[in-house]
Amino acid sequence: MSVRATAARRNLHRIIVSHGGVIALLFAAQFVIGAYYHLSLTRVMVLATFAVGYNILFGYTGLLSLGHALFFGAGLYGAGIAATQFGVGASGAFVVGIAAGLLLAFALGLIILRTAGVAFMIVTMMFAQAGYLLVLYFGTYTRGDEGFVLKGALREAHLFGFSLNLADPVTRYNLALFLLAACVVGCIALVRSPVGRVLVAIRENEERSRMLGYNTFRYKLFALTLSGTICATAGAAYALLFAYVGATFASIEYSILPLLWVLLGGIGTVLGPVVGTLLMFYLVDVASSYTSAYMLVVGIVLLILIVWAPGGLLGTLRERKIGWLP
Amino acid sequence: MDFGPYLFLAFLEGTVTAAVLALTAVGLSLVFGVMRIVNVAHGEFFMLGAVFAWWCTSLISGYPALGFLAALIVAPLLVGAIAMVSERLILKRLNYNPEGTIVATIALLYIIQQLALIGYGPDARPVEAPITFRIVFPWFGYAGYKLVVVAAAAALLLATWFVLTRTRLGLLMRATQYDRETALAFAIPVDRVYAIVFAVGAMLAAVAAVLIVPIQQAHYLMGNDPLLLSFIVVIIGGLGSIKGTVVAAIVIGMSDGIISVFMTPTLAKIIATLLVAMVLVWRPQGLFGQTAR
Repeated sequence: MSVRATAARRNLHRIIVSHGGVIALLFAAQFVIGAYYHLSLTRVMVLATFAVGYNILFGYTGLLSLGHALFFGAGLYGAGIAATQFGVGASGAFVVGIAAGLLLAFALGLIILRTAGVAFMIVTMMFAQAGYLLVLYFGTYTRGDEGFVLKGALREAHLFGFSLNLADPVTRYNLALFLLAACVVGCIALVRSPVGRVLVAIRENEERSRMLGYNTFRYKLFALTLSGTICATAGAAYALLFAYVGATFASIEYSILPLLWVLLGGIGTVLGPVVGTLLMFYLVDVASSYTSAYMLVVGIVLLILIVWAPGGLLGTLRERKIGWLP
Repeated sequence: MDFGPYLFLAFLEGTVTAAVLALTAVGLSLVFGVMRIVNVAHGEFFMLGAVFAWWCTSLISGYPALGFLAALIVAPLLVGAIAMVSERLILKRLNYNPEGTIVATIALLYIIQQLALIGYGPDARPVEAPITFRIVFPWFGYAGYKLVVVAAAAALLLATWFVLTRTRLGLLMRATQYDRETALAFAIPVDRVYAIVFAVGAMLAAVAAVLIVPIQQAHYLMGNDPLLLSFIVVIIGGLGSIKGTVVAAIVIGMSDGIISVFMTPTLAKIIATLLVAMVLVWRPQGLFGQTAR
């Protein structure tokens, strides 16, 4: 066996052990922590899925979107409205939410990928703002800022003859963990695949990738659609697991937060978004117990990161020590 | 009231909106034009102007006109100083990288807004107008102060135009905008020009806010709408083109009053936002702008 093949195999082992270790750690955590942290860790895992999805576009393809709340919101409202207005049940609503995000990301991608750089950032922000305003405009169905709750039979999911009680904390925790683990594994598979390599090539130098014969538009559209779909999945899961759908989740704040989580954890690393979400969530949690101006923390951390540590935690770590991190 | 006078009232209100919007948007446009960065915190400089104006007038109570005059000078200076410090400490370090500066100004937006929430509180507070006379039309009375706002805004816009086209500082700004490298080669202190431009942009927003605050009240979230509207105006008017910005501000400010007669504000905002996004997709240089070199 050649030296390179051995190194590649060793790296794969390391990746499986480290990432599997983090997931196992999250699984074990539920037996140790108290009820409050149990609930917030469930929340963090769903939001981390959102961040993992955002990172596919931002971290690996190099497209900075300021409008991913739109996709999270599409999943959230797709699932929420399908469940309450059309009576499709929890698992049906989940599928509707994902489909809504997929279609929206694909259709929007055809339009917004004509722009790049600063124009892309503003256009995504504008579309997300329009989406947020639409939620407020159709207040009769969405109940606007106040939002609506899912109750009764909607707290039960039926799948292949099994019945899951979504109101039960343990079920909820493990469903969220399963979702996150699936996305992390999928993300590793993606970035190690030829497609993932092309996405990174586009991030590093789009012109050159095009010169090499890759249809960069198609790859970017794929990345945006995948990213939007994962974010919508997180949104749909959020609606069904926590039984609440509100306009805040479609607001600009939820477009900035995934950017912050990814920047904090490490751009273009699979676990970075998870670490970033976890840290930021607790930071905001602690800050909001002292002051109502907890968004101040968000601003300060964002500023420190962009000025002094643009690589984030795991990004810096990868640069210094562990080059094999995907 | 008949339709004619009603339209006249909408026209007057539209003129006031357009005047204030033009000032704010020219600030944003100047920063984008010369420095090539998008300042998302621009709305917060507007808000700070209003908050400082309230602070000034509450210090000098009893003489609304005196307090207001003080505010008109002190508030923009304070905001300009804050802007200059943040430019030196943050944007300069980022080397004016377009994407990095957007994220940094978003961070700045949250920091300024939340500090205002801590220091000033969540309430909306009124500022007394410096003059109280009313102009009596045959159909309705109209606050004379609003016309003063229009006149002041027009004067300030003229002054900005004068500085840009007729003074040495304006020449340096235009040279920097035209070609940064060459400007540097000709020993223009580009670094200092950037700091001044960023401060002046913020000061224009602040002065617009001081003018409008007797009509609108000061609130820590009041920067959001001017930011969105300025974005729209700057994009429609052509990124970095001052003339286009003023024209677009007048068109949008005027139509804002008329559109809101026919549509709910939310629907009007949705349509405006989508239109602007479409303009950016298909004509990134703006409707009146020239193709970037």
